Amino acid sequence: MLKMSHLSKSFRTEVVETYALRDFSIEVREGEFVAVTGPSGSGKTTFLNIAGLLETPTGGSYELDGEDVSRLGDDARSRIRNGKIGFIFQAFNLIPDLNIHDNVDVPLRYRRMSGSERKRRIGEALERVGLSARMRHYPAELSGGQQQRVAIARALAGSPKLLLADEPTGNLDTQMARAVMQLLEEIHRDGATIVMVTHDPELAARAQRNVHVIDGQVVDLGEAPRLHMNVTRVHA
Amino acid sequence: MFRYYGWLAARSLRKNPALTVLMVIAIGLGIGASITTLTVLRVLSGDPLPDRSAHLFVPQIDPKSMDDFHPGEEPEDQVTYPDGVNLLNARRADRQALMSGGAVVVQPDNAAIDPYMAEARYTTTDFFAMFDVPFRYGSGWSAADDDAHARDVVISKKLNDKVFGGGNSVGKTLRLQSTEFRVVGVLDAWRPAPHFYDLNIGRYGESEEVFVPLETALELEMGRNGSMNCWGNESTDKPERSPDCSWMQFWVQLDTPEKQKAYEAFLDNYSDEQRGLGRFPRPNNVRLRNLMQWLDYQKVVPSDVRLQVWLSFGFLAVCLVNTIGLMLAKFLRRSGEVAVRRAIGASRREVFVQFLVEAGAVGVAGAVLGLLLALLGLWGVRQQPGDYASLAHLDLPMLLITVLLALAASLLSGLLPAWRACQVAPALQLKSD
Repeated sequence: MLKMSHLSKSFRTEVVETYALRDFSIEVREGEFVAVTGPSGSGKTTFLNIAGLLETPTGGSYELDGEDVSRLGDDARSRIRNGKIGFIFQAFNLIPDLNIHDNVDVPLRYRRMSGSERKRRIGEALERVGLSARMRHYPAELSGGQQQRVAIARALAGSPKLLLADEPTGNLDTQMARAVMQLLEEIHRDGATIVMVTHDPELAARAQRNVHVIDGQVVDLGEAPRLHMNVTRVHA
Repeated sequence: MFRYYGWLAARSLRKNPALTVLMVIAIGLGIGASITTLTVLRVLSGDPLPDRSAHLFVPQIDPKSMDDFHPGEEPEDQVTYPDGVNLLNARRADRQALMSGGAVVVQPDNAAIDPYMAEARYTTTDFFAMFDVPFRYGSGWSAADDDAHARDVVISKKLNDKVFGGGNSVGKTLRLQSTEFRVVGVLDAWRPAPHFYDLNIGRYGESEEVFVPLETALELEMGRNGSMNCWGNESTDKPERSPDCSWMQFWVQLDTPEKQKAYEAFLDNYSDEQRGLGRFPRPNNVRLRNLMQWLDYQKVVPSDVRLQVWLSFGFLAVCLVNTIGLMLAKFLRRSGEVAVRRAIGASRREVFVQFLVEAGAVGVAGAVLGLLLALLGLWGVRQQPGDYASLAHLDLPMLLITVLLALAASLLSGLLPAWRACQVAPALQLKSD
């Protein structure tokens, strides 16, 4: 599903070139639930941005769903983001001026779907996250956990091939975080491919596989011990 | 998608009504001021005879004495009676008309209408055909009537309505200065703007009410209006007939460039011929300006009107800069929304169009307001005493220009903000790490 080989990303100023990712290689198979962990500044968000085609790599190659996407133009990347990728952000990033229905509608609009098709998908997605009764509410009227569920519904509505989650429970209390995590696990069980960036070792432990990133490089690939809820980090 | 963008624009504009109203007022004021001044300029600088102005010419010759002679100066704007008659009788143009303005006392038979002074034009037969004057009833008089000093008169629609109740009055009698004239033609509504064929008696005033054969008017010594320029030392009792006083307007119609060249040569030859007769002491100095060149030469459009147009467009530019600033602030405040839209599939172009539609919506509202303000402004102009004031109306072309100007203005003011908005880097904006 996702394959990055020897990927690099550097930011250049007049005097210095800083690498956010260096010789970064990873493969995520279809249906996998992978957690990417690492300290702040390790490059895991840069990885997620490149995986989500929000940024382009400086070097190396990136294949998504069998297609080389590392050198695509802006329009093509937008189309792929819209058609194949679903985003879940730490800060939910719902559009405050739109109600729940219209927020979930946004990615479908850019697909030029018919009104009836959009309506069906929005209904199903909100049903899935248990918020179909709140369609006409605005984000500010919902709790953090509910907002994140709306964001998940928005990501699911377009039936993406890949779900990218950036600290999806980072802004939630424990109870809400558990509920959101449970939802992600259910979605995964239904066959979705999920890549989740997180600080939280407890969440990482609930993924199928953990990838640890330090200084822009993958330092470890391993199966997460799914039975242990207190695993903090998996080292080689 | 445009419907979706329109819906988003409406929501966004409704969300912050004060800001929206401010932007609409800024554009509306700029448009209103620009269209008001532009309409006035258009009225003043318009072509009164668009179909034939290129073929109508004012011949100028220089019959003046050597007093105050300055080489290169312009010849007289008007012609003397002897020169006018000579040029008229030479019949070297496709059409030609000699004329002067005047004023006559109209004495209606109907006792209910008091005698009154009416503006008059004393001219020759070609005047009506040459200037495409529209007739409601009858026609002008003939060349034979000119020669016979006929007591014929062509009257305006206004006079016909007033004196004859608007019916077909051809053949009826109209008393002018105690002389009975036979009505041969009644004009339809006709008010060329400017009053190009004689700019000495009000540049944008109404047309004359009475048209009388020139020789008839001279014979009856009907009152003359306009300016007269005399030279030389000899005083004369009848300056109208003097070869040293210019006071008449002479126009010719020349349908081809060849005829124009030939007519210029004719004017040169005429000057030579007159010098041979002891007149025209100055070197030959002839001009042949067509109608629009003549209006330009006569500086028909007041310079303050042009200045007003420049100032109002400067004001529009200031309004636009303000609108750009407001839109820029508004759009960039929505960087978060842009980043989300970009992340979940909107291309830069789609974001750009979305914001441009919002700017366009402000423009449409600005156009409507601008149009209302322009109508108000033109109403204000019409309340002024100037002779062109009553002409200040918004016509269909100006209406279209208003709408286009408003849309162009708002899209222009939305271009930079929309461009900046679509350049938002989603990764940076959404960064939560």
